[in-house]
Amino acid sequence: MTDTEVFLQQVIYGLSNGMIIALVALGYTMVYGIVELINFAHGDVFTLGGFLALTIVGGLGAAAVLDMNTLGETSNWMLLFGLVVGAGLFCGGLNVAIDKVVYKPLRRAPKLTQLVAAIGVSFILVNIALFWGGVPMDALGGGNAAAAPKDFPEILEGTNLLGEESNVVLRLEDVAIFAITVPLMIGLTLFVKKTRLGRGMRATAQNPIAAKLMGIDTDRVISATFLIGGFLGGAASVMWSVYNNTISFQMGFRAGMDAFTAAVLGGIGSMPGAMLGGILIGLIRAMSDQYIETQWTNVVVFGVLILILVFRPSGLLGLKQREKV
Amino acid sequence: MSAGSSRVALFSRGQVFLLGGLALVPLLDFVLPSVQLSAQMRTVIVFAILGLGLNIVVGWTGLLNLGIGAFMAIGAYAFGIATCEIYPFQIGFWPGILLAGAVGALAGFLLGAPTLRLRGDYLAIVTLGFGEIVQDALKNLEPITKGTQGINPLPTPWLPLPELFGTVSNETPVRWFYLYLAILAVVVYLARNLEFSRLGRQLFAVREDELAARCMAIEPDKAKLKAFAMGAALAAMAGAMFASLLSSTGEPANYDFQVSILALCIVIVGGIGSITGVLVGAIVMVGLSNVVLPNLTQALQRNGIGSTGSVFSSPDNYKYLIFGLALVLMMRYRPDGIIHSRKAVRK
Repeated sequence: MTDTEVFLQQVIYGLSNGMIIALVALGYTMVYGIVELINFAHGDVFTLGGFLALTIVGGLGAAAVLDMNTLGETSNWMLLFGLVVGAGLFCGGLNVAIDKVVYKPLRRAPKLTQLVAAIGVSFILVNIALFWGGVPMDALGGGNAAAAPKDFPEILEGTNLLGEESNVVLRLEDVAIFAITVPLMIGLTLFVKKTRLGRGMRATAQNPIAAKLMGIDTDRVISATFLIGGFLGGAASVMWSVYNNTISFQMGFRAGMDAFTAAVLGGIGSMPGAMLGGILIGLIRAMSDQYIETQWTNVVVFGVLILILVFRPSGLLGLKQREKV
Repeated sequence: MSAGSSRVALFSRGQVFLLGGLALVPLLDFVLPSVQLSAQMRTVIVFAILGLGLNIVVGWTGLLNLGIGAFMAIGAYAFGIATCEIYPFQIGFWPGILLAGAVGALAGFLLGAPTLRLRGDYLAIVTLGFGEIVQDALKNLEPITKGTQGINPLPTPWLPLPELFGTVSNETPVRWFYLYLAILAVVVYLARNLEFSRLGRQLFAVREDELAARCMAIEPDKAKLKAFAMGAALAAMAGAMFASLLSSTGEPANYDFQVSILALCIVIVGGIGSITGVLVGAIVMVGLSNVVLPNLTQALQRNGIGSTGSVFSSPDNYKYLIFGLALVLMMRYRPDGIIHSRKAVRK
């Protein structure tokens, strides 16, 4: 492999992972924009999405998925699409439920109180994922070794789209990630820009009290935000599981920290910022894996997070924070 | 008000009761000889000291520190490098503990100086990130930290006049327990002095209202930095005591995010901002997660109940759920806990 090929390969990895991170980051940034809460449990909602997807695949029979001859390629695309929608709806609903039960009663409490509650929810979800991994089902390892990582079956064919001779590998999965994340992001942008509810969201993010006075049902707006954020997280978890072929009950912590870093990098509260930040974090991770060392990649990402928070807390695309006294 | 000038009792009644109660724990060894409770309760004491450190930062100054485990790790590894026989220093237990505290304070100062002016939730995330960085760095700097093997063996505490007091080792867990209990009593006494000192009152003022504190000629940044460094120093000393217990620094994962959250639970569950509360929190939370659950799991397995391999039948697997519920319920039903705890200001 030449140096250029190595670099190109890392760009592909970085962009694919970055798009997934961007989807999760959107969930953080939208919720923060509306209720100023770092939704610490978002990463673990993401984990549960992956477990749901694996359970569905297992229920359909892992063998059937792997056997391209019986199912054919179209049905695998259908399955992927179904998983994205299913896990998305599940995570969206879960996110709304968490907001209703835990965050809503604390809406007027100090921010740190809300953050601690969110950390509490995160731990509860981690435990649920641990139990889920212990459900006696073949796809989950038959109920043994609940804490062990679970294999996620190959859903799309793994052939190299650039031809078998090419050193740079571009797989169907990379294409699928773009085919799913890009329309979601465009749809989200249009939704927020064009629809009535989207306008309500922007108004609530700017000034919740004024929005309420203008007759916007802010509770509905908040629920919609948690629903959309959760949906994107669920969709991302399916893509992540398909791309990495393994899930574990603690995967949400790492993914969540990457995504939160991306949201902060882009400017928390800003949706284009989250998308840009996600892609940048994906690329930073890939380059660090290749040119520094894999084991230092997390240190690099957290270093970026701390440096941005200290030197440019408003991020790349964020507005100057309005600090209320 | 002349509250500050009146003499404060050595310990409050609740603290006397709790420390005295802990002192009776070795009696239980006669009742339950198979469990060796006093040996296991040493961990509870270590975490109580960790909690007292975190309480200065979270409870009294109102800064959410999610990376206290990192300072515990720094203390443990400083102790390890300074005392282990594979390194040339070998300064022994007591100098090692003091050195760990000093290194911890320095680390707290270095992290705090640039970051303490950040808003509350951002500071929380920075400390969380710092915790992860320290853990990964310890794992990766294998030539120095021995990676996941940890630095070992580490020395046990020693007492002056060994003819009189004897030696401390794993064969004498009760003696070790009382030694750690004595250290805890000293830390409680110091923390209580801090609570009623000029600096302590400055911290409360900063927590309640930074602007008003500034008007009272308090410099919030300096007060915060002192609190942060003191909390880090206590956490580091707890880390050194922990490493001495294991006779190894153990693997870096011993000081991960989960430990930081356990410390947060200790501070929050017992009643935030209160020294007595931290002691209660440590006994309840660490007692539950490090003593009751593992023992219950073992007992069930001995009797063949938990041996089916199912994740649900092992009490140990409910740890995260307990931590999470503790945090959520405390925040839900004492929502003003973190910032507006007036209890600590009361005398």
